[in-house]
Amino acid sequence: MRLDIILRVLAKLLIPFALVFGLYVQFHGDYGPGGGFQAGVIVAAAVIFYALIYGLPAARRVVPTEVVQTLMAVGVLLYSGVGIASILLGGNYLDYFVLGADPVSGQHRGIFWVEMGVLITVASVMLKIFYVFAGRRRDAEETEE
Amino acid sequence: MLTQHFPALLVVVPLMAAPLIVFARRSLASWLIALLATAITFGIAASLLAQTMSEGTLVYAMGSWEAPLGIEYRIDAAGAFVAVIVAAMGLIVMPYSRVGIAAEVRSEEHYLYYALMMLCLAGLLGILVTGDAFNVFVFLEVSSLATYVLIAMGRDRRALVAAYQYLLMGTIGATLYVVGVGLLYLETGTLNLADMATRLVDVGDSRGVLAALAFITVGISLKIALFPLHLWLPNAYAYAPSPVSAFLAATATKVSIYVLMRYFFTIFGATEVFDARATGAILLGLSLAAMFIPAVVAIFQHDMKRLLAYSSVSQIGYITLGISLDSVEGLMASAMHLFNHALTKGGLFLVLGGVVLRCGGAGFDRLAGLGHTMPVAAFAMVVGGLSLIGVPGTAGFISKWYLVSAAMHDGQWWLVGAVLASSLLAVIYVWRFVEVAYFRAPPADHPAPGEAPLSMQLPALAMIAGCVYFGIDATWSSEVSMRVAEVLMYNPGVGQ
Repeated sequence: MRLDIILRVLAKLLIPFALVFGLYVQFHGDYGPGGGFQAGVIVAAAVIFYALIYGLPAARRVVPTEVVQTLMAVGVLLYSGVGIASILLGGNYLDYFVLGADPVSGQHRGIFWVEMGVLITVASVMLKIFYVFAGRRRDAEETEE
Repeated sequence: MLTQHFPALLVVVPLMAAPLIVFARRSLASWLIALLATAITFGIAASLLAQTMSEGTLVYAMGSWEAPLGIEYRIDAAGAFVAVIVAAMGLIVMPYSRVGIAAEVRSEEHYLYYALMMLCLAGLLGILVTGDAFNVFVFLEVSSLATYVLIAMGRDRRALVAAYQYLLMGTIGATLYVVGVGLLYLETGTLNLADMATRLVDVGDSRGVLAALAFITVGISLKIALFPLHLWLPNAYAYAPSPVSAFLAATATKVSIYVLMRYFFTIFGATEVFDARATGAILLGLSLAAMFIPAVVAIFQHDMKRLLAYSSVSQIGYITLGISLDSVEGLMASAMHLFNHALTKGGLFLVLGGVVLRCGGAGFDRLAGLGHTMPVAAFAMVVGGLSLIGVPGTAGFISKWYLVSAAMHDGQWWLVGAVLASSLLAVIYVWRFVEVAYFRAPPADHPAPGEAPLSMQLPALAMIAGCVYFGIDATWSSEVSMRVAEVLMYNPGVGQ
């Protein structure tokens, strides 16, 4: 596997930028195109890229399957938790106005955490799907042994 | 006050329980979370029904954005009634599931079963509570996707094929529905159901509205398993784990019937659907076909689960028959049968789940001599069967009585004969069970079963006892059904 050195070096160069771009899409979602879903896909794509170049076991060492599965639930809980927080602060479910001192900062804070929940769930679901498909034959052989 | 948030919490409680169960992982812990969540959900649903019965429609603005700008949740007596059926069924199935799934689902997958049940519950309740056409689609998908996986968890490998079959049919149904919603959005410029209803009056008779009606009717009919579109149902119910069969039989199709009623009566308005179009006649024809053909098919089944599944398709015919009459009486009979059939069929599947656990299958060869080996379960099956037939003193009788009187009220005397003749078919398929259970010797290799464990028997017997109770004292069910029919027919709250 000496010939893929170009790929390995390029991957190492590109992956940090991909992750940062994911964060940019996430946080710029308030003002322009972007948001949790797109950012989640980009973040997951960065990890999938890593898995393609360095192999599935390496990717699973960086982001273990158990972590991915837990994160899937964390995102949903974060999203719905924002709604519960609004109720506790005296608003309706998912009412962002009550989350901050003034309506604008409340809306910012609300959408920030909701989109964070979306990012976490989308990225981890994408990874989970990739792990399941990529690991099909490998995992089946492991259980047989 | 927390009460004002109940429309949202009805969906949020089971929705948040699902990820918590994924954290818990362990079978016992996830069961406890699910049990607690279903109990809270049922409490919320019951309180919503009480509120809507006394105060009328409840409106809840999501995120405090008023409709039609934001998405609103809007629940009235009709939605709350079905929500109570769904939540109650969830609450009954949960204690049953602990032992019920142990034999059918691998132990490391138990938490997934509970999480999916919670998602399914959240989706079904969401359909009932939302006031937004596209939201209905989203919740339909949430509940359906959970359902596909739940069915695929069945021990039998054919469960995978059954789930896949349902996935294909369900996806086609959901797609047709969303195409219909898209057309309605094009015509009215709104997705809010109440807003849509008022604007449709001005739009009037356009080809787009007509196409939307057709798409939505066919799409939802697929989900209802209305007669020629029922092919996914028997396999799905037969190969799913027993608690799943019971839960789905009592809830999934019922919620879809509610959606159809909503669109026919609240959105399109009965005049558009029934007077200007042949919809009533088509629905009547399909209902009659459903009452007879699947009932005949049920007679020739050799597996009790499949027999009950075909019987479900047949019983759905009674509910849609009531809708097709386009009268308050007919709708009341439909609402009544919705409740009574959920009670009966849910109870029968729960009893059968215990039997399957002990006998190792629902085939008639396994069930032979059940009257001697499991006398309580066999007797409960017979009582539930009597309710399917509609024998006086059971819940099934009450709804058929109202259905028959609605037909007479409409002057359609021949329908009385049709209902009676179809009930005779039910007598034959119920008799097949009686013959197998009481007049055949147990198989030689019978594993000497004994009754099902108490945690399974009690919920099942409670449902069967409910069949008898609501057959003798129908005050509550008839009062609520009447209110449901009035709400659907006269649309209070629309245009205010």
